[in-house]
Amino acid sequence: MSHVTDLPIWAAALVCLLLLAGSAMTLIGALGLLKLDSFYSRLHAPTLAASGGVLLISLASMICFAVLQSRWIFHEVLIVSFVVLTTPVTLMMLGQSALYRDRFEGEHDVPSKPSGEPVDPDLDNGADV
Amino acid sequence: MRVWLPYPLLFLGLLIVWLLINQSLSPGQIVLGAILSALLVWIMGNLQPHKSTLRRAGLLLPLAGHIAVDVFRSNLAVMKVILKAGRHPANSGFLTMKIELEDENALAMLACILTATPGTAWLEHDRQTKLLTLHVLDLENEQYWIDLITRRYVTPLKEIFG
Repeated sequence: MSHVTDLPIWAAALVCLLLLAGSAMTLIGALGLLKLDSFYSRLHAPTLAASGGVLLISLASMICFAVLQSRWIFHEVLIVSFVVLTTPVTLMMLGQSALYRDRFEGEHDVPSKPSGEPVDPDLDNGADV
Repeated sequence: MRVWLPYPLLFLGLLIVWLLINQSLSPGQIVLGAILSALLVWIMGNLQPHKSTLRRAGLLLPLAGHIAVDVFRSNLAVMKVILKAGRHPANSGFLTMKIELEDENALAMLACILTATPGTAWLEHDRQTKLLTLHVLDLENEQYWIDLITRRYVTPLKEIFG
């Protein structure tokens, strides 16, 4: 990390600001896991880290290495797109299994499975839980 | 060509990503990248993905702008809710709405958008009834959320994917 001393002062300040904002956002997301009361509310907390936190920290990294001109800034773009593309998978799985279990046990105040006329009987219903 | 390389664009894209990650244009990396990309393209072909056509790709840009603004706004909103959670419990709830989208890839994109914006969590979608169940952290006005999602995301996605 001896690179940091090579940064001009304005870039160092900007990078620090973005890093601190991103980490604060991630910390607040983690706090949300502690403070929010229901499971479904807690589903929202980690998305703070996955969207705002990742974006700000990657932006800081991009600016740092773009100013130093030591490396392509492409890695961060890849990191952001992979995180954005993969978080829905786990989040939807957690949400669906919680919904399934709560409906099965009938304990919590969850909406029942929406009913309606099937549009097309041949249609593959992949998300049927 | 179609038999060996069913997705030429995907093959090229993967190869470019591989070379950019390794930051080298040496023949060894090109050969390794080409082998890996061909393998992944072959696997992709076996998954039989649904191919959709982009009718109006030009609309993707304003959509991306909307998403950036909304991600920023909802990040701040969710932070506020969490920091206030001790005193004012979050007014969260479930929301069921009808989504007039049929294309698989459009639905996948909508799921990514709704998940990337904190405050809305995609729970369940039934393709037969087209009903989507969401959980919203700050649900003060149901109709407001339904209108927002329909106007800002569903309508442009419908136009883009045709």
